[in-house]
Amino acid sequence: MSTQKTVNGSQGNGNLQAKDFASDQEVRWCPGCGDYTILKQVQNLMPKLGLDPENIVFIAGIGCSSRFPYYMNTFGIHGIHGRAPAIASGLKIARPDLSVWVVTGDGDALSIGGNHIIHLLRRNLDINVLLFNNEIYGLTKGQYSPTSPQGRVTKTSPTGSVDSPFNPLALALGANSSYVARAMDRDPKHLQIMLEHAAQHKGTSFLEIYQNCIVFNDGAFSPYTDKSLRDNTSLYLEDGQPLAFGADDAFGVRLDGYRPEIVDLRNGKWSKDDLWIHDQKDRNKGWLLTSLFDDNAKQGKLPRPFGVILAEERPTYERMVQEQIAATMEQLGDGDLEELLTGEETWTVK
Amino acid sequence: MSIIEKQKKEVTIRFAGDSGDGIQLTGSQFTSTTALSGNDLSTFPDYPAEIRAPAGTVAGVSGFQIHFGSKAIHTPGDMCDVLVVMNAAALKANLKFLKPGGIIIANTDGFGKKDLSLAKFAPNEAPIQDAKASGYIVIEIDVTKMTRESLKDTGLSLKDIDRSKNMFVLGVLYWLFSRPLDSTIQFLTRKFAKKPQVAEANIKALNDGFTYAIATELFSERYSVDAAPIEPGTYRNITGNDAIVLGIAAVAKRSEFPVFLGSYPITPASEILQGLSSLKNYGVTTFQAEDEIAAIASAIGASFGGSLGITTSSGPGIALKGEAMGLAIMLELPLVIVNVQRAGPSTGLPTKTEQSDLLQAFYGRAGEAPLAILSASSPADCFDVTYEACRIAVEHMIPVMLLTDGYIANGAEPWKLPKISELKPIDPRFEKARDNGQDDTPFLPYKRDENLVRPWAIPGTKGLAHRIGGLEKEHETGNISYDPDNHHMMTEMREKKRDMIANYIPDQQIDEGNENGKLLVVGWGSTYGTIKSAVYEAREEGLDASFLHLRYLNPFPKNLGKLLNGFEKILVPEINRGQLSKILKEQFLLPVEGFNRVRGVPLTVSELKEKIVQLCKA
Repeated sequence: MSTQKTVNGSQGNGNLQAKDFASDQEVRWCPGCGDYTILKQVQNLMPKLGLDPENIVFIAGIGCSSRFPYYMNTFGIHGIHGRAPAIASGLKIARPDLSVWVVTGDGDALSIGGNHIIHLLRRNLDINVLLFNNEIYGLTKGQYSPTSPQGRVTKTSPTGSVDSPFNPLALALGANSSYVARAMDRDPKHLQIMLEHAAQHKGTSFLEIYQNCIVFNDGAFSPYTDKSLRDNTSLYLEDGQPLAFGADDAFGVRLDGYRPEIVDLRNGKWSKDDLWIHDQKDRNKGWLLTSLFDDNAKQGKLPRPFGVILAEERPTYERMVQEQIAATMEQLGDGDLEELLTGEETWTVK
Repeated sequence: MSIIEKQKKEVTIRFAGDSGDGIQLTGSQFTSTTALSGNDLSTFPDYPAEIRAPAGTVAGVSGFQIHFGSKAIHTPGDMCDVLVVMNAAALKANLKFLKPGGIIIANTDGFGKKDLSLAKFAPNEAPIQDAKASGYIVIEIDVTKMTRESLKDTGLSLKDIDRSKNMFVLGVLYWLFSRPLDSTIQFLTRKFAKKPQVAEANIKALNDGFTYAIATELFSERYSVDAAPIEPGTYRNITGNDAIVLGIAAVAKRSEFPVFLGSYPITPASEILQGLSSLKNYGVTTFQAEDEIAAIASAIGASFGGSLGITTSSGPGIALKGEAMGLAIMLELPLVIVNVQRAGPSTGLPTKTEQSDLLQAFYGRAGEAPLAILSASSPADCFDVTYEACRIAVEHMIPVMLLTDGYIANGAEPWKLPKISELKPIDPRFEKARDNGQDDTPFLPYKRDENLVRPWAIPGTKGLAHRIGGLEKEHETGNISYDPDNHHMMTEMREKKRDMIANYIPDQQIDEGNENGKLLVVGWGSTYGTIKSAVYEAREEGLDASFLHLRYLNPFPKNLGKLLNGFEKILVPEINRGQLSKILKEQFLLPVEGFNRVRGVPLTVSELKEKIVQLCKA
């Protein structure tokens, strides 16, 4: 049997390649949509899972991103708006053997499905959530979403949205998520690494992906994703490494007590030794990292972090369910139907 | 004074007291003993709506009614012959259920000045005296004093002693109805196995109540009720919700697929989730979801994975599940939706019964969304109907809604235990793996068999990877299709698939009477017992009334139209504003008269019989 190195340590799936995970359906996103890159990277990831296509399931809600399952040659459900986490939960509890993925968007996960996403995160089922955040409702053609910044002019906010947006990663942490990370469509190499990490995590992995909607919200994330800008605006996190950013790591983030501040590493006053060292198991520092969420119009703003913010090991929901079933079996044996139907008290009529 | 021994054909007793008085336990013990004595019976608990209403108030009164007899018993009884009241509030709340001239057994200690005030009697009222004046027979017992006297040497605290009051009363009742004490004594010994002192005290209170009734000549009459002619077999007492739990467990044990219950607690359906959550060694996995929508969505996910997904709720929760039901209809996956109906709309009367979700079950979804609908007619029937709903869901790959209601969910009756071997395993349409290269044609997830049923192709099966969703499917391939003719065809096929279930259900039987005649009474759901009793009584009087009761509501049995056409008049009694009437009129174009009450309580035999008599004589 052929073996290959796989991201989750499972047995290899022979010689499958990315193209084996592409379905025969024509992909129908707008030309230039960020979803294409993400689809490609997910398909690139699939052979590394070491699983055959029939052991992988993609579940989506409604929205542009939620068309995703149709393009994967795996099992898939294109469900109803916001409910993918609930459908996926039922499947994963019933079938812990499957690799289950939820593909969702900012409207699907954070607005209509807000209740389901928080409960999935706190329960910690071993499900990978890919949140395509484009800060707009695309499929319904351009209304503001729960991640649109205040003031954003859209079809339903002609004078600017007055809604205060969600900070998705802070929301996930608040829901006691065991894994919180951020990536972007414009950096496929980093995205691939993030997808691998998410797949490896045992528990619900919540990966927010900044995704450009070329038609209704083009450039929403340009300050962080444009190659020419992102050096100075984006902070790539690596576990155990100092928080340095900028061309040739010109800048860094240090902690003044619990207050993060930018320091210049070029003038000799500060060195990398002074910087905040990333520890992806530290939930408290995770909070601080998710708080690096300044409006990019602000002067002297802190950079936006990308990478794994928190990766915490704790038992998965479905494992605990299985353990309770096993313990009951151990204690009481396989249920006897006759005994159950009979109950505690019967009488016989002759 | 000598006591007259009287034989009774049937008796209804209502126990009522404060929530803390142990009324439900007293009722269930009387029920066990009655069942062991061979009577047929039916019971209904009447819980207060509030969990812990202030003691002594009318809102805090808990009731339990049992109807038993030496003949077939189908309802818990309209009115009672004997009313047991532990305090003034219990009398106030329940006197309306007592037949004229009936017996009241009153705990006089519950009729003090404070009790009368808590029950909102006016200061000058004397309810016991008033009841006597109104022609009721009132037996006054100071239960508190007698129980304390009985148990003074047990060493128990006064608080513990007072908790045995209900057993003293039960002892009195056992004497009055010539019942043996041994079943309750065994029960108390079991229940308080770890507290033998408490067990002994309760047994003593029971014995002393029995002896007290003899010694004091409280009653001038004593009754006995002979055994009823009951089909031989082993029986147990069961509520509708418990019967659903057992039905689901039986499906899981008898079939090769596991069962997954996704549910969210709601009155009066919660007992099903509770019951199944402790059956982890029976092939049932339960998931208490974050809301009603997640509950059904998780069940759909589990069904996709090869479990039978089930969700349980009541009307308001069912409304929330509507969109997901539409998804399950499109995905053509097995799914069972149990609706334990309650009085609505909105929060309505959560603890009270109604049959007002029938139209919701028929039509309450977006688009043309056909599913199968079954209903249970009594607590014990819930077992069979649950099994049948699961069978249809799996064998026809379709969501099935099972309608019960609060009345049969909480009500109990004897249930003849089924033979396990007669519970036919349900045959899932699992598609086989395509891994040997023999079949290289592409897998078609929506290719239908002769019953228009698609295969159940579950993840993990080689060669079957496919994507399904709520968007319209292309015939056979299951790919997204916006083709107008395809949508028309698929819409028709989904409906026809549902209608073809009629080929796999039994013909409709006439329950009472003939296949043609003057009047046919048509029922569904929990009104079974009431209608059966009313029609039976009318027929005893020589009236030409017949009765059929529907289990299968969509599709209807194929011979239903023929049966309906055999009668001059059709009467449909329902606890709603005429929902089945509306459907029958529409489908069969027949004049149908409704008998409709929405009072949150079952229809009574007497009011229905009056209507039947009127129609038969008109």
